[in-house]
Amino acid sequence: MQRLKQLYDWLDNRTGIKEHLREVLFETVPGGSRWRYVWGSTLTFTLMIQFITGIFLWMGYSASGQTSWESVHYIQEHMTGGHFLRGLHHWTAQVMTVLLVLHLMQVVIDGAYKAPREINFWFGIILLQLVLALSLTGYLLPWDQKGYWATKVATDIMGSTPLIGETMKQLVLGGADYGHHTLTRFFALHAGILPLSVIGLTVGHIYLFRRHGLTPKKPIKKADEFFWPEQVLKDSVACLAVLVTILVLHFAFNGAHLDAPADPSSAYPARPDWYFLFLFQFLKYFPGHWEVLGAVVLPGIAMTLVFLMPIIGKSERGHRFNIGLLFGILAFAGILTFLAVNADRNNPTYIASKEQAAREAAIVKELAENGIPPEGALALLQGPKLFAQHCASCHTHGGENGLGNPVEPSAPDLKGFASREYLTELLHPERFMSAKFFGKTAHAKKSKMYDFLQDEFDGIDDDKDMRADMDLLIKAISAEAKLASQSKVDLEDREAIMKGRELFDEIGCIDCHALGGWNAEDYSAPDLTGYGSREWMLGIVHDPEHERFYGKKNDRMPAFGKDEKLTRRQMERIVDWLRGE
Amino acid sequence: MMSSENKNHSKDEQPDRRQFIKGASCVIGAAIGAVPMAAGVRVVLSPLVDKEAAEGGAMIRLGDLGDLEAGVPMKFAIVADKSDKWTRYKDVPVGAVYLVKQKEGAEEPVVAFNTVCPHLGCFVDYRKDKQDFFCPCHDSNFALNGKLKNGVSPRGMDTLIVELRNTTEVWVKFQSFKANSKNKIAIS
Repeated sequence: MQRLKQLYDWLDNRTGIKEHLREVLFETVPGGSRWRYVWGSTLTFTLMIQFITGIFLWMGYSASGQTSWESVHYIQEHMTGGHFLRGLHHWTAQVMTVLLVLHLMQVVIDGAYKAPREINFWFGIILLQLVLALSLTGYLLPWDQKGYWATKVATDIMGSTPLIGETMKQLVLGGADYGHHTLTRFFALHAGILPLSVIGLTVGHIYLFRRHGLTPKKPIKKADEFFWPEQVLKDSVACLAVLVTILVLHFAFNGAHLDAPADPSSAYPARPDWYFLFLFQFLKYFPGHWEVLGAVVLPGIAMTLVFLMPIIGKSERGHRFNIGLLFGILAFAGILTFLAVNADRNNPTYIASKEQAAREAAIVKELAENGIPPEGALALLQGPKLFAQHCASCHTHGGENGLGNPVEPSAPDLKGFASREYLTELLHPERFMSAKFFGKTAHAKKSKMYDFLQDEFDGIDDDKDMRADMDLLIKAISAEAKLASQSKVDLEDREAIMKGRELFDEIGCIDCHALGGWNAEDYSAPDLTGYGSREWMLGIVHDPEHERFYGKKNDRMPAFGKDEKLTRRQMERIVDWLRGE
Repeated sequence: MMSSENKNHSKDEQPDRRQFIKGASCVIGAAIGAVPMAAGVRVVLSPLVDKEAAEGGAMIRLGDLGDLEAGVPMKFAIVADKSDKWTRYKDVPVGAVYLVKQKEGAEEPVVAFNTVCPHLGCFVDYRKDKQDFFCPCHDSNFALNGKLKNGVSPRGMDTLIVELRNTTEVWVKFQSFKANSKNKIAIS
């Protein structure tokens, strides 16, 4: 303890810290400490949380079209503590918006903007706008659907500002369209320019606040107190309550949401974050060229009036007008927000789009578990999207269309195609002709394969030898696919696979199917050499009527490659996705 | 009597109360500041906690015996699949090796060296005129058999496992090793 005091004295001798601390702590609070004075401190506290969590997030974030979503997803799902860190940053931002309004209300109601405190009030209003700008820029950075579409609307509004709009928009986007530089610019704003401006203005704001002192709530009933410790305790408790609120929100909503990666080709209902919803709703009442009125002119007038509050509020009547104006704006914003939420809640198209977006987000996150290609996570979704568009009119993927919507199959389900599990089900005498596989195809009428399974494998569930034979066959056929997910077991089961190949000959599969060479008896059925491999699958998608596959027995499957319905790249995307690569 | 007791009591309580308020302010202040700080530090420390699966170690085919000239080091780029945090790359350069074909009848027909200097990880050059390997960073040089000739490197160049398949195909197990240590310790 003695040492500590010595150190403190040493430090004071060189810095004068005691004097500074005294100034800070022994500021007079006229009329004593009160709970209504805590809002400024809570805002400073949330600002501090944002700086700390923001800098740490920065260490994991990478701003570009192919890495923003990916790095945020990585922070959130793969870094220890990343989910909590991002949740804290996100929910503090939400709470901060509410605190800003509460602080503004307290200042206006108590008349704390009156002379000589006008400049400090203006500092505060600019700070309010800077914090909103931080929210707006931060919303885009994850480069997910929600942020992308909302920001697109916001910047288009900016672009519709008369005269300067289009230039401003291009400057903000870093070009005519959204891309790498949109993200780098937004990031520089969000993590550099705006926070520095906020720090500067906050220092000024607190300096001016200290210079003029607190505006006491009248009438003063209690004796004056120092800031320390009574008001400090109240401030700390309020900050604690704010932190608890943030934590509750984080845990209640399971952290910060991350949508599917930004996709300009998909229908997504663009909505701003909740605190801008009123402006979004407001625009609905201004059709065509009137839009600029709702987007720029009227909000501009309202902001100007707020700015002029210290001048309007010189008289008692003006002060009352200000209070009325503030409550009017807040009530109006509240009603508009309610209308916006209510309209969406009763809009089936909106709900369906949101649900679809959530399904796609879940799919892409699951696919991202195996790593993301350098083109970015959006590429992961192309496989299932192309499947849904071109294949899911007949085929299913686990009973769904690839994008999470259940569909009725009329051709085999392709989930896990060529894997051991898949073949175990397919090559079961009772399952082969089920609706999940060939039951709804032309093969249902006449199928040598079906007859073969009935003849050779009827009662397979009760006959161990029969089961063992089938398992050998399955291992041999499935190994042809060279699935990444099976590379380990395929290597381990080399002997079983060899036995399976021999059995393939012995049992008579070879009469119709080739395996491991051009060795079938009559080629009346698809060649199983390389069955399920990337090359084989690309081949069958290219032209199922090729003699290597179904020949003339092809049911309805189009020749996607041969007839140029899909490009090679598109077919690869589908095949890679089906093969889990 | 009663009132005097009460008075004394309240007098005593006042400093206690102040002490409590001061203490509580400090404790709460420290606690609420610690939460975001701890949340961030935890993420920064995640590389120590989340061990990524070591990659490498697969056998890679580099060329044919016929491509090599006895006693002349040839440089081969190692192209392999690689994961970097979220990204999964296919066939990207991950390093390089020198293959040195040995004279007829040698025990090992081909010797492979990782091109990375065991000192501090610079790329070691082959100097044709001086017939040695030379590290341009801190001037270590190595004989063509990988032995340290002179310089600051703590060990000779790192040899890699070589396999000849189908009599002429040269396959190498590409691995990296801990820098600046006397012993050769594989890190991938």
